[in-house]
Amino acid sequence: MDTNQYLEMFIEESKEHLQACNEHLLILEKNPNDIAIVNEVFRSAHTLKGMSATMGYEDIANLTHKMENVLDEIRNNKLHVTPELLDVVFIAVDQLEEMVLDIASGGNGKLDVTSTVQKLHAIEIGVEIPIAASTVAPFENVESAENSKTNLLSYDDYELTIIQQSFEQNYSTFEISISLRDDCLLKAARVYMVFELLEKMGDVIKSSPTVERLENEDFDQSFTVALVTVEAKEIVQKKLMKVSEVTEIIVTEVSIEQLKTRQKDESENNEENHKVQGNVKEDLQEDFVNEEEQEKVSTSKPTVAIGNKTIRVNIERLDILMNLFEELVIDRGRLQSISKEIHNNELDETVEKMSRITGDLQNIILNMRMVPVDTVFNRFPRMVRQLTRDLNKKINLEIIGAETELDRTVIDEIGDPLVHLIRNSLDHGIESPEIRKANGKPEEGTVVLRAYHSGNHVFIEIEDDGAGINRQRVLKKAISKGIVRESDAASLTDQQVAKLILSSGFSTAEVLTDISGRGVGLDVVKTTIESLGGTIEISSTEGKGSLFSIQLPLTLSIISVMLVELEKEIYAVPLSSIIETAIIKSSDILNAHNQKVIDFRGKVVPLVFLEDVFEVPKDSSEEEYFSVVLVRKGEKMAGLVVDTFIGQQEVVLKSLGTYLSNVFAISGATILGNGKVALIIDCNALIK
Amino acid sequence: MTEVVDRSYVKVVVFQLADKEYVIPVSQVQGIEKLIHITRVPKTPSYVKGVINLRGVVTPIIDLKSRFGLGESSLDDSSRIIIITQDDLEVGIIVDSANDVLDIPTDVIEPQPEVVGGLESDFIAGVAKIDRRLLILLNLDLVLNPVKIGD
Repeated sequence: MDTNQYLEMFIEESKEHLQACNEHLLILEKNPNDIAIVNEVFRSAHTLKGMSATMGYEDIANLTHKMENVLDEIRNNKLHVTPELLDVVFIAVDQLEEMVLDIASGGNGKLDVTSTVQKLHAIEIGVEIPIAASTVAPFENVESAENSKTNLLSYDDYELTIIQQSFEQNYSTFEISISLRDDCLLKAARVYMVFELLEKMGDVIKSSPTVERLENEDFDQSFTVALVTVEAKEIVQKKLMKVSEVTEIIVTEVSIEQLKTRQKDESENNEENHKVQGNVKEDLQEDFVNEEEQEKVSTSKPTVAIGNKTIRVNIERLDILMNLFEELVIDRGRLQSISKEIHNNELDETVEKMSRITGDLQNIILNMRMVPVDTVFNRFPRMVRQLTRDLNKKINLEIIGAETELDRTVIDEIGDPLVHLIRNSLDHGIESPEIRKANGKPEEGTVVLRAYHSGNHVFIEIEDDGAGINRQRVLKKAISKGIVRESDAASLTDQQVAKLILSSGFSTAEVLTDISGRGVGLDVVKTTIESLGGTIEISSTEGKGSLFSIQLPLTLSIISVMLVELEKEIYAVPLSSIIETAIIKSSDILNAHNQKVIDFRGKVVPLVFLEDVFEVPKDSSEEEYFSVVLVRKGEKMAGLVVDTFIGQQEVVLKSLGTYLSNVFAISGATILGNGKVALIIDCNALIK
Repeated sequence: MTEVVDRSYVKVVVFQLADKEYVIPVSQVQGIEKLIHITRVPKTPSYVKGVINLRGVVTPIIDLKSRFGLGESSLDDSSRIIIITQDDLEVGIIVDSANDVLDIPTDVIEPQPEVVGGLESDFIAGVAKIDRRLLILLNLDLVLNPVKIGD
């Protein structure tokens, strides 16, 4: 079978399932008795097994199979969840991940998994033996179990009426339990064949799981249907057995009385359950979460079916869409400038309408490219768990705002810097439990990973309650590495000192560990973030902890700018950094140490004459009035002196290319309505 | 450096620069454009003329004449911008005129250009003598060395 065309999908889905495994295993570790979570993990593992077997990756299939066995034992209460057991399962998941990554990078997904398989097997066997007696229980038991399996169906009033009516017309109702072979690859196809046969014989009035889920292969090896037919029980069974890969067909006839009593029982059961749950809620507040989880599981099935309808779209297509839309934005700008010149009412109206529609379109396209930061954050709990074990520390990772959305391009880049920062916090920030205790802190350290929107930016913060940054140690190190001069050291603020740890060639941990690099890491973090148009700030209190705050732009492609003119050249100033514009008299300009400043609302703001900075060919004489764009960078402000303001516009941010990288105070370029290129000013570089 | 189209010929674009004829392999030429508005980029070396809007792509433009230290190009109607690519770089170069495509036999290319001197010789990959024309092969790798601002 040629599986290449499915490879991409396989890799994507495998990653998702592995991630789900990881997440649920972590939850399971906290609530070892919650079988619902085991079921979730089991489901992921099972799907993965099926997919990998189809694709011919035997090692993955083999390992998942063993993992599944262990999970199954847990599910059936034959095994208990212990950290040791989870460790092995985690190793298995790790190896699966490794194999999937290998496949993604063009490998064959082979890995020696025998030791893990053996470990899993040992766990499975180790506990199975004492209980073996009960599994080889008398045949009766098995039969009754099977009966109960087939009797899973419950009917609503409407279905009962149908059954009742069919009885009256001499039709009989069978509940049929169909089991497929374990290695059945195309379950949906088998389901289809079974259903086709059934429909020929009579009417299927009910199935469990629902038909929809059966079609999506969202079930284990067996399913149950209720069939209303005139055929005899044996014939139904015979016909169904002809479908290949069906291992077992159990047909039971049901009578209307049976059904009614069953229904009654069930509702009573439910009521009882509710009563019990109510009691528990009153009795034990702690168990509340657990209860809720269970309730969620019992209600989750219908919600899954309703769920959001989504389709998978190749990222490349979204990028193409974005590029095309950018072209459209440029032409929109062009149309706007043409219609302004022509002054035709109808044209103006149409252009205005088009602008509004493209505005909406822009929102939609940008939103489509937005991805919740969760896609990056979700690997951290696992990483932290591993690291805390390696470091012998107790650390709790709290994630806040994982649903915050960011442009895909930013998401792609932000992962590695965050890994670095978190590793840094765990390794250098949080102290060992003994030291924490001695310092009167709780033994368990806390690392908070927080994401939130603010204006046109997204902030990601990593906060720990660890040792904080030791000013003296950092300074000593920085001086010895030649990053700061000794004479300057005293005058640096605490924040400036903290920022030194982002300089290249810096590492304060006296003992190098393989957890958080060798001091090459943090400066890479800084460069990556800055290349994304973001900034990183550190604030730290010694003994209390540190806060790394990363500010990132929401999107990188379309931004609002204010166009300004300098002589004959047009420049764009990003709206996000503009506070306001003003026109000032030349007599209002003051001199402070060779720096021209103005008094703006009580604040002294330095002026930046863009014509001088950008060496614009000049021909005008001294002016009496100056147009000033007031911009800010954090707390600092500056006034950019320009010739004229043109107006606000949405523009597509384009890079100047690799040939012209790092041009001073220019962050990129854009194409104006008239087809000319305008440069975008990087205000951050102009404010010292 | 030069790409061989068939066994023994290289197809090249010929352009004039200060009365000399230079050639670039066709495979590295994206297109030849007439002069359009160039937006100056401040704080760049003098040979960087600025950027143009090349069908939606912001493309940097260098004045080859001033890159070679032969003075600035006087822009007129015959001036052309040749868009060349090298690896993932795309750059336009201003030349006096561009009007010919030739097949040069690879065996007439001499690697050691001892006939020419000066700054431009740093950028030369070889010379070829065909009939009475002396064609200078450019080493685009060096011509397109990314600008290091502040050098």
